[in-house]
Amino acid sequence: MRSEEIEAVQLSEVEVLEGHTDRVWGVAWNPVSGSGGAPSLLASCSGDKTVRIWENTPAPSTASSSWVCKAVLEETHTRTVRSCAWSPNGKLLATASFDATTAIWENVGGEFECVASLEGHENEVKSVSWSASGSLLATCGRDKSVWIWEVQPGNEFECVSVLQGHTQDVKMVQWHPVHEILISASYDNSIKVWVEDGDSDDWICVQTLGDSSSGHTSTVWGVSFNSSGDRMVSCSDDLTLKVWDTSANPAESSGDGSGPWKHLCTISGYHDRTIFSVHWSRDGFIASGAADDCIRLFSESTDDSAATVHLPSFKMIFKKDKAHAMDVNSVQWHPLPRLLASAGDDGTIKIWEVAQNSLANND
Amino acid sequence: MTPGLINANPVVHAKKERLVRIDDSTNPNDAFDALDIYDSVRDIRDPEHPYSLEQLSVLSEESVTVDEKLGRILITFTPTVQHCSMAAVIGLCLRVKLMRSFPPHYKVDINVSPGSHAFEDSVNKQLNDKERVAAALENPNLLQLVDECLESNEL
Repeated sequence: MRSEEIEAVQLSEVEVLEGHTDRVWGVAWNPVSGSGGAPSLLASCSGDKTVRIWENTPAPSTASSSWVCKAVLEETHTRTVRSCAWSPNGKLLATASFDATTAIWENVGGEFECVASLEGHENEVKSVSWSASGSLLATCGRDKSVWIWEVQPGNEFECVSVLQGHTQDVKMVQWHPVHEILISASYDNSIKVWVEDGDSDDWICVQTLGDSSSGHTSTVWGVSFNSSGDRMVSCSDDLTLKVWDTSANPAESSGDGSGPWKHLCTISGYHDRTIFSVHWSRDGFIASGAADDCIRLFSESTDDSAATVHLPSFKMIFKKDKAHAMDVNSVQWHPLPRLLASAGDDGTIKIWEVAQNSLANND
Repeated sequence: MTPGLINANPVVHAKKERLVRIDDSTNPNDAFDALDIYDSVRDIRDPEHPYSLEQLSVLSEESVTVDEKLGRILITFTPTVQHCSMAAVIGLCLRVKLMRSFPPHYKVDINVSPGSHAFEDSVNKQLNDKERVAAALENPNLLQLVDECLESNEL
């Protein structure tokens, strides 16, 4: 991206989705959204104990597109639904709840049916993530553990490992986009990297990105990989984003826990309240959602004076003040470029479009 | 409730004389200041004793600061003892009272006053973790305790 293009990036609001009766904690785009003219499906989860599915059929111009709430998944979770995630083939939706269960839903002819309920966590489940192949699922929660589940035929799920290691509440789990590597982010201020040990077939922590690795100094709320998986960005209550070099294979670590992943840079000075969510788009934009109601966009700077030969630098290219009337809890890029969804404490979901003009003609 | 009270003999202070504030009808925006906020929390009952947080010197007028421009409220409270395990409950009571009394877009931070608690940093972290607060408020027993502490506030 040339610097004159970077300077003209704008985020404009396309749609506001209302319906939830409590804060919206998370949103997730169905991975097959928009491809081959297919409708876009967005799942949202809320403190109102429900999950909503929103559908948008592509139109020639965004001005005439319309979103409808296609389904409300209710009467299953008995407490806040904190996180939702679609399987890679788009056929299943996993929803994680404070009621200590994770529900699996299947789209059966337009109706969503709960086909499984994963139990085991001792208390609130906070995040759920599918592996790139779709054969594994991970969950985490306040009981400090991370659970790995194997997906079996007939919508059966078997727990294959319970990972202990974090000393506090685990806020998020996220699989690597290519390899079977699992990341967990915690209230204990660290990020842990887990892989399956070839010899014992058990899952082990091969690296902890904490204090000694230039890690965060307060709760880590989220992580996101770039599309190739050689970079990861994390967001924290310490008001910074950190970018990590994740190109090396962590399974080949030296075993002393020092691991091959390295801190690349810290993006600081832009946020003044907790950053709850971060997401890296396929075309290289990093979006953040924070407790100051703002959405910010960052991009890698190609400005020679800022970057050194080995360390990249990032700068903020756009800030949307009052993106929501209250805290922004989640930001998620659409699988296709240029669309972003956000969820807020104000009970709404918003759809945004990125416009990038060198000859800016702003509306 | 545990059978042994954390602090069996709290020091109780007389209720401070209240200022009668004249309604400022020239301000149309329902603006409020630190004293308005203090008025809304001073009579919250302590979870363990039949006294208000003000009477136990857990709160005082200096406890509240407001930045109206930024939309921020900071409350600093002093637990009666260094190892007070009720600090989290008091923090919750304060947060719920503010949630119910003031506009939702205000950002509220609640801390124990510096040096007043043995685990100051970890208590502050928990009091301000929005997800932990949300989960705690879904616990019916905790919510009932909070409501009891707040009930006495409504005169």
